Amino acid sequence: MPPREGTYGLIAEFNTPSELVYATEQARAAGYRRMECYTPYPVEEAAEALHFHKTRVPLVCLLGGVMGVTTAGLMETWINVWAYPLNIAGRPLFSWPAFIIPAYEWTILFAGLSAAFGMIALNGLPQLYHPVFNAPNFRNGATTDKFFLCLEAADPKFSLTETRAFLEQFPAVSVVEVEH
Amino acid sequence: MATKNPIEDPMIDPRTGEYAVIAPGHNFKSVTQKIAGIVLTSNTPLGWFFGLLVGGGVATFLVIGCTWLFLKGVGIWGVTIPGAWGFAIINFVWWIGIGHAGTLISAILLLFKQTWRNSINRFAEAMTIFAVVCAGTFPLIHVGRPWLAYWLFPYPNTMNMWPQFRSPLAWDVFAVSTYATISIVFWYVGMIPDFGTMRDRATLPLAKYVYGMLSLGWRGSTRHWIRYESASLLLAGLSTPLVLSVHTVISFDFAVASLPGWHTTIFPPYFVAGAVYSGFAMVITLAIPIRKFYHLEDLVTLRHLDNMAKVMLATGSIVAYGYGMEVFMAWYSASHWEFFMMWNRMFGPMGWGYWILILTNIAIPLTTLWSRKLRVNVGYLFFLSFVINTGMWFERFVIVVTSLYRDFLPSSWGTYRATKWDYMIYVGTMGLFTFLFFLFVRFLPMIPMSEIRMMLPQTKVKRGGPEAETVIEETA
Repeated sequence: MPPREGTYGLIAEFNTPSELVYATEQARAAGYRRMECYTPYPVEEAAEALHFHKTRVPLVCLLGGVMGVTTAGLMETWINVWAYPLNIAGRPLFSWPAFIIPAYEWTILFAGLSAAFGMIALNGLPQLYHPVFNAPNFRNGATTDKFFLCLEAADPKFSLTETRAFLEQFPAVSVVEVEH
Repeated sequence: MATKNPIEDPMIDPRTGEYAVIAPGHNFKSVTQKIAGIVLTSNTPLGWFFGLLVGGGVATFLVIGCTWLFLKGVGIWGVTIPGAWGFAIINFVWWIGIGHAGTLISAILLLFKQTWRNSINRFAEAMTIFAVVCAGTFPLIHVGRPWLAYWLFPYPNTMNMWPQFRSPLAWDVFAVSTYATISIVFWYVGMIPDFGTMRDRATLPLAKYVYGMLSLGWRGSTRHWIRYESASLLLAGLSTPLVLSVHTVISFDFAVASLPGWHTTIFPPYFVAGAVYSGFAMVITLAIPIRKFYHLEDLVTLRHLDNMAKVMLATGSIVAYGYGMEVFMAWYSASHWEFFMMWNRMFGPMGWGYWILILTNIAIPLTTLWSRKLRVNVGYLFFLSFVINTGMWFERFVIVVTSLYRDFLPSSWGTYRATKWDYMIYVGTMGLFTFLFFLFVRFLPMIPMSEIRMMLPQTKVKRGGPEAETVIEETA
């Protein structure tokens, strides 16, 4: 990706989650779409204000689980019926009740790994650099006790002066321009 | 017994009547400083070095014991015929059972929305992982040729040999390896946002770098949080059946055999309950000194201890029911062998083990835990946690040894006597556990900061903009 220059967006800092959610709702009502909230813990109301509801993490998890049970079941059957058949006290080679247990474990293993790594991948992590870290007050608060709303320059409605005026009508601690 | 006036209790919010889980007077910043400060301080308390030294010193027993074991073979242990399973399997089951409370706290209590768990889930999860490390050591060194332990896994090889999936021991490999993997992943995922906090609060360049890498660049974006919460819930939902299955599979190691004392259907539920029982005892063993030493009484309150004691009371009662059922079935089955096994277990040459078990697992805890006064008595709970874990160790000892050493044919009876190497390796794993735990409390945030923030009253979002906000603030 070529290095980008210029303004990434304007970031407003709030002291309480209520102020953040209110500002986000107003920004959405004013027609802004490219925006993101940054909070020190999950604020569901902020996600509602952003109209972000659907995640694909459960789907990835389900696919992982299906893959796990299929892999384990086929592997056990192939190994114990064809690859290395052993007569264990006269039991049938295809002893599916016994095969359930490893298949059950691998369902959970694959589904769990898919959920965790799927979440990380869908979030675009690891991403050690991000423009919001350039805001001087961001790292002091976003992971501790402050609530941030970033209106991004990629939004067609974005204008450095008007957007700043829009954000300053809220009781924000500060409104800072974020560079790429 | 004097009842306390609930209105005067400082833990109760006078406005809503809700029982606070953490002490009042905290805000986002203070909890963050409190928890991150333990790790990010440059003043390491002397006591920490002392603890690490003791843990590491005891862990050298494990190194010595294993070295000699690898040189000489499992013959240095007390295992023989008929007592072919000894300390190795007892310790394996004991350790992995201890681990189960960590998963229970992090997964099952999350699904049941028991928010009080937030204070203790991180170090309970750490306890799980270190307990699984100690547990996993035993089957590995018990296989005789531990450098070939990877033969347990299905992988294509030039010998054209494959595992045999009708064996409970093969099930064990899958259950325990899945459990270890998922526990580590769940633990790590839970720490990602906290690593972000650590990265932003660290002052040393090395700490910034390491926590920054571990945080994967976490920035607390709302879209990330929603996916994160979804993944956490899914992992919790997956860990719940997993934790129940792991001890079930371990109990199958016994229950699938046709030996009297092992061949019983009550084993899976009673093993799981016993695991949770001993695990909560271990959480208490760890939580009480930690909250005292690091002054975390505000975050790990008496209510946490009380709740954990209640869980122990419940699971302990299930375990007691299991013991009762074993005795009942020995009589009701009308099987001569079953009856003799139970008689031998209680009054045979190793009967003392059974009575220690009844005393420490049933008699002491299940009579005293009914009293709230004792449940919030820190000193007593600490003592009791050791009593219960002794009892749970004896439970596995009784199951393994007294079933094996006198089976069907009197001419093949024997006895079991552990050697100094058995004790050395067992004590060594306790040292390893302590050592790892001390490293954990020094270098990782031992209480999940992001989840603690969610328990504060400030998290409540008030709708309706600045006007509503000011009105509410004035009335407050």
